[in-house]
Amino acid sequence: MSPILEISDLSVAYRSDGGDVHAVEHVSLTLNAGEVVGLCGESGSGKSTLAYGAMRLLRPPALITSGSVRYNGRRITSGGDPADILSMSHRELHRIRWRETAIVFQSAMNALNPVLRVQDQLLDAVRAHLKLPRLEAREKAASLLDLVGIPRDRLRAYPHELSGGMRQRVMIAMALAADPEVVIMDEPTTALDVVVQRDILSQIVELKERLGFAVLFITHDLSLLLELADRIAVMYAGRLMETGSSQDLMRDPAHPYTRGLLNSFPSLRGAKRELIGIPGVPPDLRDTKAGCPFIPRCRYAVDACGAVDMSLDRVEGTSAAAGHLTACPIVAPTVSVREATKEASQEGVAP
Amino acid sequence: MKSSIFAGAASIWRNLPLKAKIGVGLFGLFVLAAIIGPEVQPYDPGAQTPLTMAAPSAQHFFGTTETGQDVLSQVLTGIRLTLELALLVGVIVTVLSVLIGVTAAYLGGVWDDVLSLVTNVFLVIPALPLLIVLMGYLSQQGQTSTIVVLSILGWPWGARVIRAQTLTIRGRDFIAASRETGEKTWRIILFEIIPNEVSLIAASFVNTVLYAIGASVALAFVGLTNVSSWSLGTILYWSQTDGALQTGAWWWFVPAGLAVALIGTSLVLLNSGIDELGNPRLRASRGTAKVAGHKIWGTDPTPVLAQLEAAPGRLGSFLHSFSRASVLQETSAGGNR
Amino acid sequence: MSFILRRLAFYLVAACVAITLNFFIPRAVPGNPAQIILSKYPDLTPTAYKALEQMIGGALPKGSLWSQYLHYWDDVFHFNFGVDLNQYPTPVSQILDQAIPWTLILVGTATVIAFALGTGLGILAGWRHGGSLDRSLPVLMFFQAAPYFFLALILVDFFAVEHHWLPAGQGYNGEVTSPGWTWAFISNALEHSLLPAFTIVLTSVAGWMLQMRNVMITTIGEDYVIAGQAKGLSKGRVIFTYAARNALLPQLQGFGLALGFVVSGALVMEIVFSYPGIGYLLLEAVQNKDFPLMQAIFLVITFAVLVANLIIDLIIVFFDPRARGREAA
Repeated sequence: MSPILEISDLSVAYRSDGGDVHAVEHVSLTLNAGEVVGLCGESGSGKSTLAYGAMRLLRPPALITSGSVRYNGRRITSGGDPADILSMSHRELHRIRWRETAIVFQSAMNALNPVLRVQDQLLDAVRAHLKLPRLEAREKAASLLDLVGIPRDRLRAYPHELSGGMRQRVMIAMALAADPEVVIMDEPTTALDVVVQRDILSQIVELKERLGFAVLFITHDLSLLLELADRIAVMYAGRLMETGSSQDLMRDPAHPYTRGLLNSFPSLRGAKRELIGIPGVPPDLRDTKAGCPFIPRCRYAVDACGAVDMSLDRVEGTSAAAGHLTACPIVAPTVSVREATKEASQEGVAP
Repeated sequence: MKSSIFAGAASIWRNLPLKAKIGVGLFGLFVLAAIIGPEVQPYDPGAQTPLTMAAPSAQHFFGTTETGQDVLSQVLTGIRLTLELALLVGVIVTVLSVLIGVTAAYLGGVWDDVLSLVTNVFLVIPALPLLIVLMGYLSQQGQTSTIVVLSILGWPWGARVIRAQTLTIRGRDFIAASRETGEKTWRIILFEIIPNEVSLIAASFVNTVLYAIGASVALAFVGLTNVSSWSLGTILYWSQTDGALQTGAWWWFVPAGLAVALIGTSLVLLNSGIDELGNPRLRASRGTAKVAGHKIWGTDPTPVLAQLEAAPGRLGSFLHSFSRASVLQETSAGGNR
Repeated sequence: MSFILRRLAFYLVAACVAITLNFFIPRAVPGNPAQIILSKYPDLTPTAYKALEQMIGGALPKGSLWSQYLHYWDDVFHFNFGVDLNQYPTPVSQILDQAIPWTLILVGTATVIAFALGTGLGILAGWRHGGSLDRSLPVLMFFQAAPYFFLALILVDFFAVEHHWLPAGQGYNGEVTSPGWTWAFISNALEHSLLPAFTIVLTSVAGWMLQMRNVMITTIGEDYVIAGQAKGLSKGRVIFTYAARNALLPQLQGFGLALGFVVSGALVMEIVFSYPGIGYLLLEAVQNKDFPLMQAIFLVITFAVLVANLIIDLIIVFFDPRARGREAA
């Protein structure tokens, strides 16, 4: 498994006169080639900020205050050192954007230019990155619509003339225009009804199998990720709470927040359970109090939680390779990752 | 109740951007001039002297007109007259536009359609020519008729904006809640809707005062208001009629015109400040950010703090160039910084 | 299509209202305007007085109010605006015919230039929000707040009176050339139009630039602009095709709304230059209590503004695919 995108210790803050808002705090996330990683959290948890910040698409007063983002796509590195996105100039970023990492935005109605036809918006993406003569570029744009199952006569349509599902599919087609290695999907199906959601999701899976790109799937819907993602990272108040494979998270959630999320949606099969939501509201991101931000809403919290350092530790009983990490030392026994790293470097395996 | 008004005003003042504060200050100066000006003016504005078309001097700070009248005194009187008129029109029109705007939005249905149509028609018909026709026909062209005429044509702008805002607020939950609890309509309007539109009403008031000043000065310049009263527009009228241009007597029309322009500028500044309060995106601080001495444009890639701190900002590198360390760097690295 | 039809219907209604106002104002104001005119022109022939009466209604109106109203409509349709009092018996329409082309060319061209220039600068100012262009904002606000004719006075004083670089007024120098399609005339007229045109552009550019800047700033925050940047498109493409093209729509709407003020300001400015356009005619009409001319000018200006608004609506429809075909919200 070769990591294609490595986010290490990334922190993003919004600077204002009233103090910094710490939207993302020391988050590390790795995306391997061809893998689907789900990034889960409620609104305001920093999941979108993390993704856009890693791509350096955030506007002032956003500021990246720590960490690194490295990209390993063969086209860019040709087998050498990974490219450091955070130190790239605007021009260098142009080469990466869309060609290597593409984004499917949340609301297609807002993310599509209202005054351009679908064809022109697709051509924009194609021509910006692929040096194709006009006719071939047009054919490429048309074939992109074929990819997502939209009839070609919709090429000359404007965004407002398409249905919600079709618009989202156009967004996906546009993201695939330059054959990227990584596709970041920011709540692509949240605004759609359930039936269309299904359609789009199966389309995404099929395209991923066919074209082989990695997916970072951002959503607040954990149930979706359990089916779709290989690995899941759970975020809260700008920090990672738990990461692991979707099976591990479903079977043995090692964080109270994850447990709360799992308990808040019913499963179609199995016994009837009492649905428990998570009471309370997310914290104000301006204060960086020590300890776990989830304390006010956590049913397992003890005094020691106020002093815990929020680093991720490996859940005891799992292998280093499984990568099941959690920030909560209370709910499940954990092994410090620092020790695990020492072991791993001795064995020559990534923790 | 009183203390909360003070506290509210104080917090508004704190949040106003700098240019709005300058606007308030500038406008305040003119209000001061309006209040005490005519009391301290050195001459009677209409008093003729043999010193005709005289350039500014110690005796006549702004010079004299063709009939030897003191321009400074005229301008001071003019500021008071013009401001009186404009503020009065502002109040009347704001009341009218709030009434019409809120009524149209609240009643909805046919009433809304009718009122909106009337509003839009009067918006699109050019105001000044209609004002000229109206004033032209009035035998009485004093201050009162001017105020009345300006008010009749001034309300559509504010009404339209306030109607739109009221529609938005009306659809909100807390209004529905108030209705459920049986609160009377007029109470809902007065205590729940209007307080939420204060910045809009303030902006509308400022805009109306701007319009009133501009329109009254234009009307006076054309000779349609009482030409024996000394409003700022009348001063300009007389300067034009009595050939100030041809004789190069710039001191006659520049002070009055400048006063109009500066009052207008202060109001525009004030308004842009109110705008920014309402729409935070317009604030310059949102478009760019100053971090570690660097200016970051909104459309640049998200900056990385470590890099900003490593490379000094322009001012930083300028100052740095004077330090001994940089001189050493230059000589040793062959100027490669 | 339905959008345009609805706008057209609206403008027709506005035109009707303007014509009706024109009809009723002289009859609604206190006093008898006809008497005023009589006292000013004691040698008016009975036929002239009758014609005047018909136009503005006198002490003894002929026929019912409604029939007078219909008659007035008939007159307007035939461009019969009555007879000019000052230059009796010249019909008003003839006097207008001479003045309209001057105003149309000067004010029309200068306004369009100012709008284009202001919008372009506004795009730049909006993109580089907080930059050096933004620092010129207070100066621009000053120009926006200053009355057009005041700046005209200053410019004339400086350029024409003090320094004699440009002519101080008039449409052309009558002693040197006369109207006609000769180069001598055209160049002379151009020279005389430079200062007035420059004044219009200088005073109105600020307003357009400020407006476009604000619209651009709001538009740049929209998701599709960020998406455009994320797609790795060139800066130019994002600025113009993604941001500016969308920002242009509210900017054009604002242009339509402000057109009335801009034209009015330009007309008053004509007075300073003694420019032989409608504005100067208006001044004369006011000074001479020449009511037929005054009212005709009001109608002409109103119609022009309505037509211009319709043209702007057509342009908006051309640029905004959402307005075509679909019912406008």
